[in-house]
Amino acid sequence: MRYLPLSDADRSAMLKVIGAGSVDELFRDVPEEARLQGPIRGLPMHASEMAVERKMRGMAAKNVAASDVPFFLGCGAYKHHIPASVDHIIQRGEFLTAYTPYQPEIAQGTLQVLFEFQTQVARLYGCEVANASMYDGSTACWEAVGMARRITRRKKAIISSGLHPHYVSVCKTMAKFTGDTLETAAPELTAQTDADRLIAAIDKDTSCVVVQYPDILGRITDLKPIADAAQAAGALLVVVNTEPVALGLIKSPGEMGADIVVGEGQSIGVGLQFGGPYVGLFATREKYVRQMPGRLAGETVDAEGKRGFVLTLSTREQHIRREKATSNICTNSGLCALAFSIHMTLLGEKGLTGLAKLNHARACEAADQLSAIPGVRLVNDSFFNEFALELPVEARPAVHAMVEKGVLGGVSLGRLYPDEAVLANGLVVAVTETATEEDISSLVSALQEIVQ
Amino acid sequence: MSTPNPTGWRPTAPSTLETTAVTTTTGNRALMLEEPLLFEIGNRNQTGVDFDPVKSGASRLGGLDRNGLDLPGLSEPETVRHYTRLSRQNYAIDLGLFPLGSCTMKHNPRLNEKVARLPGFGDIHPLQPQETVQGALQCINELAFWLIDLTGMHGVAMSPKAGAHGELCGLLCIRAALEARGDAREVVLVPESAHGTNPATAAFCGYRVEDIPATKDGRVDLGALKARLGPDVAAVMITNPNTCGLFEPDMKAISDAVHAAGAFVYCDGANFNAIVGKVRPGDLGVDAMHINLHKTFSTPHGGGGPGSGPVVLSEALAPFGPLPFAAKYPDGSYRLIEEESAGEEHPRTFGRMTAFHGQMGMFTRALTYILSHGADGLRQVAEDSVLNANYILRSLEDVLDAPFAHSGPCMHEAIFSDKGFAEGLSTIDVAKGLIDEGFHPMTMYFPLVVHGAMLVEPTETESKAGLDQFIAALRSIAERARAGDESLKAAPVFAPRRRLDETQAARKPVLSYNHPAPDGSSTGLGAHFGGG
Repeated sequence: MRYLPLSDADRSAMLKVIGAGSVDELFRDVPEEARLQGPIRGLPMHASEMAVERKMRGMAAKNVAASDVPFFLGCGAYKHHIPASVDHIIQRGEFLTAYTPYQPEIAQGTLQVLFEFQTQVARLYGCEVANASMYDGSTACWEAVGMARRITRRKKAIISSGLHPHYVSVCKTMAKFTGDTLETAAPELTAQTDADRLIAAIDKDTSCVVVQYPDILGRITDLKPIADAAQAAGALLVVVNTEPVALGLIKSPGEMGADIVVGEGQSIGVGLQFGGPYVGLFATREKYVRQMPGRLAGETVDAEGKRGFVLTLSTREQHIRREKATSNICTNSGLCALAFSIHMTLLGEKGLTGLAKLNHARACEAADQLSAIPGVRLVNDSFFNEFALELPVEARPAVHAMVEKGVLGGVSLGRLYPDEAVLANGLVVAVTETATEEDISSLVSALQEIVQ
Repeated sequence: MSTPNPTGWRPTAPSTLETTAVTTTTGNRALMLEEPLLFEIGNRNQTGVDFDPVKSGASRLGGLDRNGLDLPGLSEPETVRHYTRLSRQNYAIDLGLFPLGSCTMKHNPRLNEKVARLPGFGDIHPLQPQETVQGALQCINELAFWLIDLTGMHGVAMSPKAGAHGELCGLLCIRAALEARGDAREVVLVPESAHGTNPATAAFCGYRVEDIPATKDGRVDLGALKARLGPDVAAVMITNPNTCGLFEPDMKAISDAVHAAGAFVYCDGANFNAIVGKVRPGDLGVDAMHINLHKTFSTPHGGGGPGSGPVVLSEALAPFGPLPFAAKYPDGSYRLIEEESAGEEHPRTFGRMTAFHGQMGMFTRALTYILSHGADGLRQVAEDSVLNANYILRSLEDVLDAPFAHSGPCMHEAIFSDKGFAEGLSTIDVAKGLIDEGFHPMTMYFPLVVHGAMLVEPTETESKAGLDQFIAALRSIAERARAGDESLKAAPVFAPRRRLDETQAARKPVLSYNHPAPDGSSTGLGAHFGGG
């Protein structure tokens, strides 16, 4: 077996040193009846690299890759171009095959990257501090709700109807067990967000208001009034962002008063990969840092006075605090954070702004053309690179019909909200820099034929 | 002095001059290059990407246009250099033995990386219509069946994002199952030697945590456990093989007692590498166990993640598992069971615990690894990992105190204590000494039940020659520690950094670079060496 270096002669020599007659003797603590006598029956035996690659390629070939068709899906995961150097660098063995940097003297590469990543995320979000990443946006969102509970010692979270329904589901799952109350609602196909409902719902028991920006339908709402109302009542504003590229053009949540900003970082540097691994971003105010979950890299000096970086404030974390930790999170998304950081370094402010402008221009173009189709209504009056359409037909079958025409035309709200019949004609379309004019034309003509 | 060679050939020869400590202008030491922070070398007007010109139109951003981001950029060559230089300050499994106990740092095959990047896997959106992702669902489903077969369990939840998230999934299943029978229980029992994630997870989902003690030979105290079981106990979390590197021989008796008390057995599968293909946890009465794909099934650790933590479930718990999951239908098609169809197909689910469907990029890698090894190769993995650990244990027990060695062989990791070190020298000094010898240290000060613990997990990846070199290095350092060689306290001296001041880092946290990014209009050393 190509991954196992020991020869039979090595094994015998080693058993001799150990003083055991056979490897099975080393398993003597396992009760006899639980020990398997040979390879598990019915499963295939080892295979050559070529054979395995052939089988996996066969599986991959059954999928339609986003780059092979006109592609317009978003809703929490976005197709962007990733510069070739990003994937090259993350495959360097020193990054790819390193562990969590618990021995800082020989992990300065990872630690400095994390410190830079934290700074990039904090600046992108307009916050003071960010952590070294979470699993993804949805789990980061729940962690933010939990953190707001710890800070305010209150247990009611008011959740915007514009929050990604999967994120809402994750919160609901956890709240059942932690005793938090969540006030939720389904979105409406209107240009207005539910900011007024949120502000009206805030009371003295509210721990936080959770708002997605831009929201699940792509709408962009002013966060300042919500922040003011929440903070006046002693509650926190948690802002969720699933499309970080948008923040190249729109105001940061931090500058509008958000207390905790979390989100999905996939758009920058991380491929679609059918939903994971992605990278959760998490930022807040400096005064709340000790309530923050997840790893943190911090600056310090070594014995010779040279600047270096270490994991710090670990007394928040499970390996030190055990049941009193701020979270149970251990493994994070280190390699995806690296990819994010490299891509962000390549972009810089100039590149990110340029990328964001390109996305917005493409989306405006597509929105105009699509809403010109008779019977199709553009829901949004504000959006970045994603918007909702109300079709004259149900959107779910329309999406499948577009597949027949070779177009991946968007996400139907019927898929995301199966119980909300009023949303059945809603289609969310994301248009990034990867969509060409021809792609947009293909989408327009496919949809036109279907709704006619 | 010879005359210049007309060809220009000027052979070098070793100098006989004594050299003292050399300092360099740059701080670099030949191939060991210092690298400033991105924020000290980049500027806001530099970028490493080019875009097509944008047709300018009216903005529809709701009047919330942003004014500046303060994010520096670098050109592509500068970017590649910045990260390549940083990478060289890292130790990695690609460089050498990485004996972190409980972490299973094994070789990461590059075929896995190649497969995960096939456009059919790497470039598909999680919400694509299901007819366009049949191969992805097949991959998830096939991996699921391997995990079920390898563990002898009834079902598997694939969506948990990492080990601790898997623990959460298992406990939520247990809680849902208890609630379904109207049985509110509040306590989760966790051995003292457990990973910190176990008690943290139990607390995270609202349980009260109580410790159960270990016996003096490093196992769960069955008597104490039995005495504590009662109607308030929801679950017992056991790590098997445990964090002392020992198999719990009473596992079946523990499970039986827990079940008799109406509770469930959660097994931390972090150490599954020791028993994959040799023992099936399902045969020992386990109800739920997470499997760290980034440990046993070789997906790369990536400097701290991502992981993936599928949870295998017993018949009693499987109906409560999370959404979504991939199911195979008799016509050979695959379907994702999501919220929409859960009512008919999975009505008792506790719900969703993450957006989308889990760590697909880890599933492709893990399945590739599993198919490469097959049932026979995986069994060999467990045998070689246990053989390697015992070889280390027996080769060093004369110089390092091995608190459980008398009771027999270890599993995939060998544990030592600091007993016998000279006054003033401790585990951390040995660990840092190993760095100078070119190895990553072992896990130190864990588990807590062993004084100054050193937990060494070589994995099956190591050759005998590699182990012999490691053993020789650790032997020499152990001997220095026993002899009171104070110079160990200065270690490491050859690493990119000497010991770092972690106290200062925690007392005055500097968690981001706090100077504005330059706009590139002026240059000066000040910007490059400004510090944080």
